[in-house]
Amino acid sequence: MQTEINLRVDGTDRQVTVDTRTTLLDALRERLANTSPKKGCDHGQCGACTVLLNGRRVLSCLVLAVTAGGKDVVTANGLAPDGELHPVQQAFLDNDAFQCGYCTPGQVCSAVGALDEFRRGWPSHHGDTELTRAEVAERMSGNLCRCGAYTNIVTAVQQAARA
Amino acid sequence: MRAFDYQVPADALAAMRAVAGNDSAVFLAGGTNLVDHLKLGLTHPDLVVDITGVTSDEVVERDGGLWIGAAVRNSDLAADPRVCERYPMLSEALLSGASGQLRNMATAGGNPLQRTRCGYFQDNTTPCNKRRPGSGCAAVGGHARYQGILGTSEHCVATHPSDMAVALSALDAVVHVLGPDGERTIPFTELHRLPGDEPSRDTVLHHGDLITAIELPDTPIARRSRYRKVRDRASYAFALVSVAAAVDVTDGVVRDVRIALGGVAHKPWRAYLAEEALRGQAAIEDNFREAAAAELVDARAVDGMDGGNAFKIPLVTRTVVSVLRGLTQENQ
Repeated sequence: MQTEINLRVDGTDRQVTVDTRTTLLDALRERLANTSPKKGCDHGQCGACTVLLNGRRVLSCLVLAVTAGGKDVVTANGLAPDGELHPVQQAFLDNDAFQCGYCTPGQVCSAVGALDEFRRGWPSHHGDTELTRAEVAERMSGNLCRCGAYTNIVTAVQQAARA
Repeated sequence: MRAFDYQVPADALAAMRAVAGNDSAVFLAGGTNLVDHLKLGLTHPDLVVDITGVTSDEVVERDGGLWIGAAVRNSDLAADPRVCERYPMLSEALLSGASGQLRNMATAGGNPLQRTRCGYFQDNTTPCNKRRPGSGCAAVGGHARYQGILGTSEHCVATHPSDMAVALSALDAVVHVLGPDGERTIPFTELHRLPGDEPSRDTVLHHGDLITAIELPDTPIARRSRYRKVRDRASYAFALVSVAAAVDVTDGVVRDVRIALGGVAHKPWRAYLAEEALRGQAAIEDNFREAAAAELVDARAVDGMDGGNAFKIPLVTRTVVSVLRGLTQENQ
């Protein structure tokens, strides 16, 4: 079944016809040529596909594109609309918070969402009231990095939180 | 993945009717489990009915307790100040589950209905009585680390994966359901089934039954409650064993207690035997241990090529003792 949907992607209104089976991740990458979100596991386990959907971090590989009609999608690309880096992106560069970079767009979107959740006072399993290293690790645990750049990722998220 | 039609019904009644009238239709809420199952080929619906807009996404006060709309996201529920203050075990259980992204997607109505994460259930190439009735069970003698120790059957040893459901069981939550015959309620402790000889059925719900809300009764004892989850890594992992507990101690005696266990059975396991053993007894560690032993009288380990899951039996005891000790020390 083919369905036409309207999405706002990184600030631009887009219209695309998708098969109902298409995930938001595949719609972005294969139909709208936005390869910022990455396909890692495609089963909701790695976080590489993380985007902001109506402002919240979600896994685009587990969202059917038809359910995202009328919604606002922000990928890591959209965080730097005019080439000016988002504080989270700048912090990742400043701290060398990646090696191969494949998980980075997902890490960046997840960090933006996580910092927003923290500022809104959402609790976490770890339970620190400040963004200690352990607190950042808990809030970012849905994003895997096979290069193991976690040490610098945590530092980058802490820097971005102060920005 | 087989092609399917997609519907956005106008309201809960239309959603229920769309699914009840089509054996091959499914409800789609957060999608965190269903979309994965579509990819894995574990389910092949002809029709997917989007219910994210047909039930409430708010938590409201009612009769001294809270009503949780089925569309409330796990992250919103965990952060709700009323839940944190009055039912802390529920907030802790939610926060111990999955990841920030998944909690933003998962819903109160969908979370209890997620399927087991038994590796054989999720692998179409292996025998599994839950996925293909009569095909056998590859878990016994296979990877048994995450399998159950209570209420298992020769046909299935799988565990229910939800953390939230363990807390809802301890809290005597009530599930509100809209089905072809109208509205009804189901005590949360009776929502899930034991596998018996029909492990393909996880719950007592019938096809087309739609969970519309989950009700938390006024439960003063829950104001001091905990959820403790033991797992193979510190975050983003399913429970090996988990304990949701609340206890009321006066003058050193347990006046009332609630205990539910996760990671041990086909359903969230309300530990009625342990509760009964503890009521009226001194709040001391020996009694906590004896209460856990009473619950585990019929516990049976599953053998496996990974060493099996016999470790869970003493792990339940130690976790129950630890949680109750923590709660009762705060009490004094």
